[in-house]
Amino acid sequence: MKPDLYRLTVAEARDSLRKREISSVELTRACLERIATVEPKIHAFITVSEREALDQARAADARIAAGEVPALCGIPLAIKDIYCTRGVRTTCASRILENFVPPFDATVIAKLRAEGAVFVGKTNLDEFAMGSSTENSAFGPTMNPWDLTRVAGGSSGGSAAAVAADECLASLGTDTGGSIREPASFCGVVGIKPTYSRVSRYGVVAYASSLDQVGPFTKTVRDAAILLRSLAGVDPRDSTCSARPVPDYELALSGDVRGMRLGVPREFFVEGMAADVERSIRGALAHYQKSGAQIVDISLPHTEYAVGAYYLIATAEASANLARYDGIRYGPRAEASSLAELYSATRAHGFGAEVKRRIMLGTFALSAGYYDAYYLKAQKVRTLIRRDFEQAFMKCDAIVTPTVPTTAFKLGEKTEDPLQMYLSDIFTISVNLAGLPGLVVPCGFDGNRLPIGMQLIGPPFGEEAILRAGDAFEHSFALKRPAQAI
Amino acid sequence: MTINETYEAVIGLEVHTQLLTRSKIFCGCSASFGAPPNHNVCPVCMAMPGVLPVLNRRVLELGIRAGLAAHCEIAALSIFARKSYFYPDLPKGYQISQYELPLCKGGYIDLPGDGEGARRVRLERIHIEEDAGKNIHAAGGSLVDLNRSGVALLEIVSKPDLRSPDDAGAYLRELRTMLLYLGASDGKMEEGSFRCDANVSVRKRGDEKLGVRTEVKNLNSFRNVEKAIAYEIGRQIEVIESAGRVLQETLLWDADREATRPMRSKEFANDYRYFPEPDLPPLMVSQEMIKEIRASMPELPGERRARYVRDFGLTAYEADVLTAEHEVAEYFEAVLPGLANKKAAANWVMTEVLRAVRESAKPLADSAPAPAETGALLRMVENSTISLNAAKTAFSAMCKSGKGAEATIAELGLAQVSDEGAIGAACDQLIAADPAKVAEYRGGRDKLFGFFMGQVMKAMGGKANPKVITDVLKKKLAG
Amino acid sequence: MASEKITLDTVRRMAMLARLRLDAAEEQRMLTDLNQILGYIEKLDQLDTSQVEPTAQVAEAGTPLRDDVVTNAPAPEEMLANAPAREGTFFKVPKIIE
Ligand SMILES: [Mg+2]
Ligand SMILES: [Zn+2]
Repeated sequence: MKPDLYRLTVAEARDSLRKREISSVELTRACLERIATVEPKIHAFITVSEREALDQARAADARIAAGEVPALCGIPLAIKDIYCTRGVRTTCASRILENFVPPFDATVIAKLRAEGAVFVGKTNLDEFAMGSSTENSAFGPTMNPWDLTRVAGGSSGGSAAAVAADECLASLGTDTGGSIREPASFCGVVGIKPTYSRVSRYGVVAYASSLDQVGPFTKTVRDAAILLRSLAGVDPRDSTCSARPVPDYELALSGDVRGMRLGVPREFFVEGMAADVERSIRGALAHYQKSGAQIVDISLPHTEYAVGAYYLIATAEASANLARYDGIRYGPRAEASSLAELYSATRAHGFGAEVKRRIMLGTFALSAGYYDAYYLKAQKVRTLIRRDFEQAFMKCDAIVTPTVPTTAFKLGEKTEDPLQMYLSDIFTISVNLAGLPGLVVPCGFDGNRLPIGMQLIGPPFGEEAILRAGDAFEHSFALKRPAQAI
Repeated sequence: MTINETYEAVIGLEVHTQLLTRSKIFCGCSASFGAPPNHNVCPVCMAMPGVLPVLNRRVLELGIRAGLAAHCEIAALSIFARKSYFYPDLPKGYQISQYELPLCKGGYIDLPGDGEGARRVRLERIHIEEDAGKNIHAAGGSLVDLNRSGVALLEIVSKPDLRSPDDAGAYLRELRTMLLYLGASDGKMEEGSFRCDANVSVRKRGDEKLGVRTEVKNLNSFRNVEKAIAYEIGRQIEVIESAGRVLQETLLWDADREATRPMRSKEFANDYRYFPEPDLPPLMVSQEMIKEIRASMPELPGERRARYVRDFGLTAYEADVLTAEHEVAEYFEAVLPGLANKKAAANWVMTEVLRAVRESAKPLADSAPAPAETGALLRMVENSTISLNAAKTAFSAMCKSGKGAEATIAELGLAQVSDEGAIGAACDQLIAADPAKVAEYRGGRDKLFGFFMGQVMKAMGGKANPKVITDVLKKKLAG
Repeated sequence: MASEKITLDTVRRMAMLARLRLDAAEEQRMLTDLNQILGYIEKLDQLDTSQVEPTAQVAEAGTPLRDDVVTNAPAPEEMLANAPAREGTFFKVPKIIE
């Protein structure tokens, strides 16, 4: 069997499968063996579905033999354990869903199945996607493949690490305040959070419904374009999902950024940002300029209020979204003699500390006497943040920013200080509040050989522009990658 | 009557009715009643993780129908909201309802009747929302059935314009009738598809400001609504009279004890934390949609009453009786084809048909003949194939046997004889048998004619057509 | 430690509303954390939003409509498969007192 097939990109694997140079079973075995080797160190997965994966791979090979080869047919993917997968347990890294086996597929899972994709397993995350380090998992943290003493980021840390450690060719995450982009930056992979409503949320366990969005982690921008095309599109089961036609994002990858106006918001270069991070973002900007792009100074004046508004809106929605976990229809149930006890004990045992904290904060923000001062106020600030971006996009085609002020921090470094943890999303959160697409592309490494990611923000449904800019950078910029992660 | 000269009651009703749709409001599960426990459920209506709601078009159409019928303003943009509380029959832990921007605002319902009864009750709002499931209280625990979870509801909230239990009853009946005419509700209070909560307060007559109100729940029949309100008014007056304070609270009507009692579980002393439902974008209603629905509106009770008076020459009273129940009005109209005398048909339905319903204590369909058969019977009266009395005899027989008009008349031999030959023969016999009386008559005792009529009718076994007898007899006696 | 925005009573009321049983230590920790977070969130008060409309959603307005057709066949066993306690095809819970 060919050696490191698991290092292939989706595009490479797709072409080799079509040319019958490799089979999906070979490719899938390679990933499963890679998982067996590195998982003890990384812990990217909650569930590895080896048998199902090999069945899917065999089916994919049969389809390929029959000459029918959709884009993702036979490609081994890892799925954040927040997507409902029919017949495969879906835990959301929570004890309250520890043994939950959905009788249905999330819409995007159904779409990928229809294309013949292979699911090697369900990846680790912060419980209910509430966190920025994947340390809030009922099943233990995920380690950063570049430095096992550091976090992979979160909440989609498992999916980011799985791609960085070549345990799969690509993976799915979700992003509510930076949960795709922050781990992508920390793990040195590509991640895109599409425009809100671009991809169906049906069957994706809800954290904050007006902010949650589905997106892929990949090794290249081209792969992100390939996956996004398969994921995006209208869904009769999701009332918020857009009916706009889905372009072939791969066609947007012209490699040419000449004349493109890239906005750089002053407010994003704050003190407290790691010098290495600022340096590599500036380096990327310089490179863009050399490539013929035009760098324009812009302002997003309400950026500093984004984290505050986010933690009121997201937790308010979460407090209702998580009310269904009551131990009555599914999930473990605490011993209780009365109904009140059944609820409070089941939820006390089932939820971790951060989830409880956010449910409490959200309940407070919505409760009588506080609604206007907190929840409603946050919604108004959300309007101001949206307007900032509308103004900015009159002057530019895409916005370039750092993704996180720092590189991956040490495990345990912020677990005792929720606020510090929240602040690691300071550059990503406003993008969710405005519902915009955000792409993260590796753009450098710090002194500790830790990856740094650049964030490209587009206008609503402006995925093509940021993918084009990201792909052009990826191809022309000589990124000095240290030896492979792990 | 609980209300005395000193106090007046102020009552507002909150009505919830299930809408007559095939599927639930936000998922493709059947909304039908009576399936085995948890058979009409899916991941959406049992709130599995990650599921999302999608609005049923029919629910919106029926909601707008009701709004138009009640003269409401239909909102071009309305918003769904989450109402949060924990209860086993509420799988998501919140109900998707409407709060700040409902589908229909304002409006009113006119109570029928003249003078005393005639009143206009203003509405606060009408909105659409989802029903909860059912908890069945069993030994050793409670059982949860989610078949009803996610069935479409219409909530109709009146302003506190009602002043007495009778008022409330009249409003509720009119509202129910309206919804039945609209095909929006089946109005079955006992099955719980039509439910009512009452907000009740009392104040000294002439007072401007309202007293403290209580909310009375669990009113599952018209009688209970009226009884409970009457009881609650009395209770509040007593509290005030005995220098106490009425507490703002939610009460349950205990139909067996015929009394209200506070809800035990503090689950309901609640802070619902309403906020806009992020899974449903704002609901937009175009003028075109409203136009279409207005054009397809079924006839409403008021309109039908007017038509009966105008076209059939019925009295207002008759029109009220016939339209009070939708199925009675429908029956009446199905009787009419081919009948010249609409008023006679109306009287027949009001007397004979409604009597049959009363006596059988069953729904109309099971207690009276098919309207077509009743029509056929009345046509025979019109063309004097049978007498009115014969028709009544036949009708009660038809109610029991379920047989058709023709068959019944034949079976009971109720057809009238109009054959001049037979009648003539009977007359000849009589004249021959009693020459003396004939002479008297011919001598000018006209009064005797009635006697001869009776004799002939007797001879004919009462089945002869009186008109024919008169003609023939006149000729014969004239000699 | 940030300014006192809420008291232990508020924490207890919220825990009741959210149906979360917290022990004494958890209550204290929650009080500290929430006050710290709310202290940070206080910065929103610097903004005058009296003239600003709230944004609840960023999806295009106009909720789509579904045709009124029954698409789900009964599958009670599948739907109840994850139930922690059942009786027949009912979900079972401790006795409810109204
Ligand atoms: Mg209601
Ligand atoms: Zn359903």
